[in-house]
Amino acid sequence: MRLKILNGCEASAEGAISAGCAFYAGYPITPQNRFPEYMSERMEQDGGVFIQAESETSSINMLFGAAAAGFRCMTSSSSPGISLMQEGISYLAGCELPAVIVNMARGGPGLGDVTPSQSDYFQSTRGGGHGDYRTIVLAPWSCQEIHDHTYLAFDLADKYRNPVLVLGDGLLAQMYETVRPKAKKKRFPKKPWALDGCSGRKPNSLKSLFLTPGVLEAHNWKLASKWARIEKREIRCESYYCRNSNYIVVSFGTCARIAKEAVERARQEGADIGLFRPVTLWPFPYAQLAECLKNAKKVLVVEMSLGQMIDDVYLAARNSDARIFFYGRPGGGVPDPDEIYREIKKK
Amino acid sequence: MKAIYQRPESLTTDTSIYCPGCGHGVIQKLIAEVIDELGVRERAIGIAPVGCAVLSYNYFNFDVTEAAHGRAPAVATAIKRLLPSRIVFTYQGDGDLAAIGTAEIIHAAARGENFSVFFINNAVYGMTKGQMAPTTLTGQKTTTTVSGRNPQVHGFPIRVCELLSSLDGVTYLERATTSDIPGIIATKKAIKKAILWQMQQKGMSFVEILASCPTNWKKNPSDSLKWMKETMERYYPVKVFKDPGNIL
Repeated sequence: MRLKILNGCEASAEGAISAGCAFYAGYPITPQNRFPEYMSERMEQDGGVFIQAESETSSINMLFGAAAAGFRCMTSSSSPGISLMQEGISYLAGCELPAVIVNMARGGPGLGDVTPSQSDYFQSTRGGGHGDYRTIVLAPWSCQEIHDHTYLAFDLADKYRNPVLVLGDGLLAQMYETVRPKAKKKRFPKKPWALDGCSGRKPNSLKSLFLTPGVLEAHNWKLASKWARIEKREIRCESYYCRNSNYIVVSFGTCARIAKEAVERARQEGADIGLFRPVTLWPFPYAQLAECLKNAKKVLVVEMSLGQMIDDVYLAARNSDARIFFYGRPGGGVPDPDEIYREIKKK
Repeated sequence: MKAIYQRPESLTTDTSIYCPGCGHGVIQKLIAEVIDELGVRERAIGIAPVGCAVLSYNYFNFDVTEAAHGRAPAVATAIKRLLPSRIVFTYQGDGDLAAIGTAEIIHAAARGENFSVFFINNAVYGMTKGQMAPTTLTGQKTTTTVSGRNPQVHGFPIRVCELLSSLDGVTYLERATTSDIPGIIATKKAIKKAILWQMQQKGMSFVEILASCPTNWKKNPSDSLKWMKETMERYYPVKVFKDPGNIL
């Protein structure tokens, strides 16, 4: 496929179309308005369904219907809109329905602002909605990666019958880079559980309501074993110069890309430093990070928030002697490589 | 021996746990009979809401999904757009459709989504045991309006058909009642018209069906039917708001 110049929204949308997405529903919210605009045109060209919903609540429930009918489906939004979707995501997880949700996160809480933020980490990785459930979370750092991750998200959603989040931010949504689009997927998994009319089979039903005592508990144990399988198989992460380094910077998404530049500069000046970057935020690469921390004396966690992923770093570092520091920019603040470099030197 | 009456194939053999005198059992049987008569059971997809109506997924013998509270029209929108040859309907109570799901029904109607809506109005929250519904009548006692609904405090009841009648996307709109046998026969006709209208792809078909809830009205079943006739039907008149003509 030929290279294209796309922004993060367009790159993700193209990843969805390559993955065979047949249904998109969305609602305008900055900084991802390009997403529904682009999809309205592309879904029509591609023979899919595009609906501008009346709210994010409706978008996610439209996804519930599309997934129930057996079709690959997605929505995109930004932080306040994703908050509105949490009920629907809980239902998708409870009913074991595959769907892809892209969050181009912005500053919060409340209406916040429209600039990039990573303050939805808790919401993304700790459920967000009610009940015991998990969603796979992919955190891309470039337009090529959000394209590839969106494509991958559809496969993971189908494989595990579970919603998958792609957590970008306002920076990724609006920056343009060259992207090599993936070829269009041709073969898809069968979905014998889908609701498409009970012709030649027994009726199917989808539900998360189990009133008979013990049935919900058994259902939740079944879901738990699925999430344990995901934790075993689907962890993704990257490390740069982490082997034996005594100083490790941990960061994810676009912030990790900025931090990488600061780490490279510190290394050029002789610092014994590496960068660890979780790519799946759930499942979190605890064991992989623990391995990197074996010889580490210092860890600097850098986030565009008041510190949320740092909780997972503490969990990964519970057998490590390293001292853990934090540098964060909340409320839509974006660090530049110089300030992270200065922070590295300070600690 | 020739069977002259039997359980419709579109109903499962599960024992209903609805209360004595409840309207849901009657209405779900009517929908099942219509689906059998039109021969569309293997193409039918029902969307069950939250509330007593959710239990319909135990009783309909075809594909059924639940939906989050009030969101059935959004779920139905996607299913019908992706599977236009299937018969898709939502089955929603008054709290589900006229309170928490007001946005979803109005916008699905405005878009003219080509599915059928069966809106069961019994003027009370049933499953949660009798709180005020958006359709609770002025003066009606519920567990959250113990002295009776007072519009100055609790607001006015919503007439959903009247509200939807201004939307061009709804092309068949009727209010029916199950307070007596002629009403039940007319309700079945309305359900059939709605499904046929959907099969002709003419836009949203919407049937409001007045139903009784003796348990939460604190009345016996026969007094409940009397109250429906004398009180409910006065505020919610049985009427065809948008007529598809003679399509039966």
